[in-house]
Amino acid sequence: MDRVLTKNFGLPDSHTIEVYEKSGGYQSLQKALSMTPEQAIDETKRSGLRGRGGAGFPAGMKWGFVPQNTGKPIYLCVNADESEPGTFKDRALLEKDPHRLIEGTIIAAYAIRAKAAYIYIRGEFDLPRRRLEQAIAEATQKGRLGELKIFVHRGAGAYICGEETALIESLEGKRGYPRIKPPFPAVQGLFGSPTVVNNVETLSAIPYIFEKGAEAYKKMGTEQSPGTKLFSVCGPVAKPGVFEVELGTPMRKFLTEEVGWMKPGKVLKAVIPGGSSVPVLNAQEVEQVNLDYESMQKNGSLLGSGGMIVIDEETCMVRALANLAHFYSHESCGQCSPCREGTGWANKVLQRMEKGDAKPGDIELLLDIGKKMTGTTICVLADSLAMPIASYIAKFREEFEAHVQGSCEICKPKIGLGPSSARGLGPSEALPEI
Amino acid sequence: MGFNPQSQKEIAEILERYPIKQAALLPVLWIAQKEFGWISPETIELVAQTLDLSPAHVYGVVTFYTMYYREPPGKYHLQVCRTLPCALMGCESLTQHLKEKLGVGVGETTSDRKFTLSTVECLASCDTGPVMMVNEKYYENLNAEKADQILEKLK
Repeated sequence: MDRVLTKNFGLPDSHTIEVYEKSGGYQSLQKALSMTPEQAIDETKRSGLRGRGGAGFPAGMKWGFVPQNTGKPIYLCVNADESEPGTFKDRALLEKDPHRLIEGTIIAAYAIRAKAAYIYIRGEFDLPRRRLEQAIAEATQKGRLGELKIFVHRGAGAYICGEETALIESLEGKRGYPRIKPPFPAVQGLFGSPTVVNNVETLSAIPYIFEKGAEAYKKMGTEQSPGTKLFSVCGPVAKPGVFEVELGTPMRKFLTEEVGWMKPGKVLKAVIPGGSSVPVLNAQEVEQVNLDYESMQKNGSLLGSGGMIVIDEETCMVRALANLAHFYSHESCGQCSPCREGTGWANKVLQRMEKGDAKPGDIELLLDIGKKMTGTTICVLADSLAMPIASYIAKFREEFEAHVQGSCEICKPKIGLGPSSARGLGPSEALPEI
Repeated sequence: MGFNPQSQKEIAEILERYPIKQAALLPVLWIAQKEFGWISPETIELVAQTLDLSPAHVYGVVTFYTMYYREPPGKYHLQVCRTLPCALMGCESLTQHLKEKLGVGVGETTSDRKFTLSTVECLASCDTGPVMMVNEKYYENLNAEKADQILEKLK
């Protein structure tokens, strides 16, 4: 496997233009500029690169949707609003190799004929933003940008702005409310103009594709999931961090060989494979699933952002879900009733269940709320809580039943573990004993 | 009330970036927060005037995003991540410790106005949890002891 994205991660000062150029950086741009924009789109289409923000939509096809005859300016937006719990891969790319993103951005802008690109970066990312601004200044000074203007636009704390139409609304100086589609951004996006929104990781793969060619990229991975992808792994594992993996790698192999499996004494119970929004996999499913879009789907989950949250046996799944329900309830933009009310009610029910105050029928109530949130809203934030609700209850129902009966084995303080040494989502001093 | 010359210069540069003034709203609010420390009702009026927007629109935007302060925070804003990955690594104990140590609840500021304690959602630093952001800097792999050392340095 070639390292498409993390090649320079180990180099000192990998974020500077000197190091990037020394490693062959900005050569791909020269190649791309020797093609026509249409050829550049075709090359990207042939690579089979799929969007790495979570949805997995083919990147070249997205570029191809941009109409060139409207007379309006065309915009490229770079989604650096990484906020999906468990996902921290774009942060690594921004901090360690911002020039790779900038080169990919210039190539993409050339392909779709955009004269301005806006990098929308989450407000909390201070070091990544400074690295990015420095890198843009360096690339501008060296004349790499040509006529293209790249602007960094700082968000201000809102998960929903990672959704592409909410991102556009936010960029226009509004509340981050997702838009009804169609029209899709490719036709009517930023400032009413044709717009492409691409994730940081997607664009960071572009320089490799133009350096080595679409065929070289496609040789890696599987037929439907070509190439490599970043996985960010967290939880009580031996070596949490960001890893570049050839798509199609068995999850068990990856977690054993790259991540070193669990911390000593910890037993794997479940994995959320693609960011907190996707259905959870139990330990048995972890053994059989591969890290690609099709295998994940076949096993009832999604590859998503590649943000992998590993959960151990000492963690109560009711508490884990209650934590996420709080997140989604907090982050719902409030536009659609099924999401605003659904995330709110799921949160309320789960908080009382967590405390041992559940009412009989609360499990069915949760499932019912989840069902009514699915597919009934403008964007997929509601589904992003509905999927965890359905899968956690389906796979760990006994823990939910125990909580309803007020007898959770995991949440009970353990012998020898006083409240002050409590770690993780096991026993907690914040909760009454149940 | 008005922006100082430095802010005015920054705003003029920002406005060059967008075909419509309204698009500069988030960046201008950041400039305002940097100059005034928080977004007061008077600042909302000023920003609205600067960008030819209604104060209601600006207010709507300010209240949508979590990072614009609608009251002055303490000198150091401790923002402890509370979302699942950090919770798996013990952020609840960390928050509890900070509450006891500072004698404030979540969302409150110490009486000397030095520390504001908040819990926030995922900071995208899940491999180094528990994580806390102090003003704009991340502190990672925290426990009570390390948190105490950080507080000590922030005196």
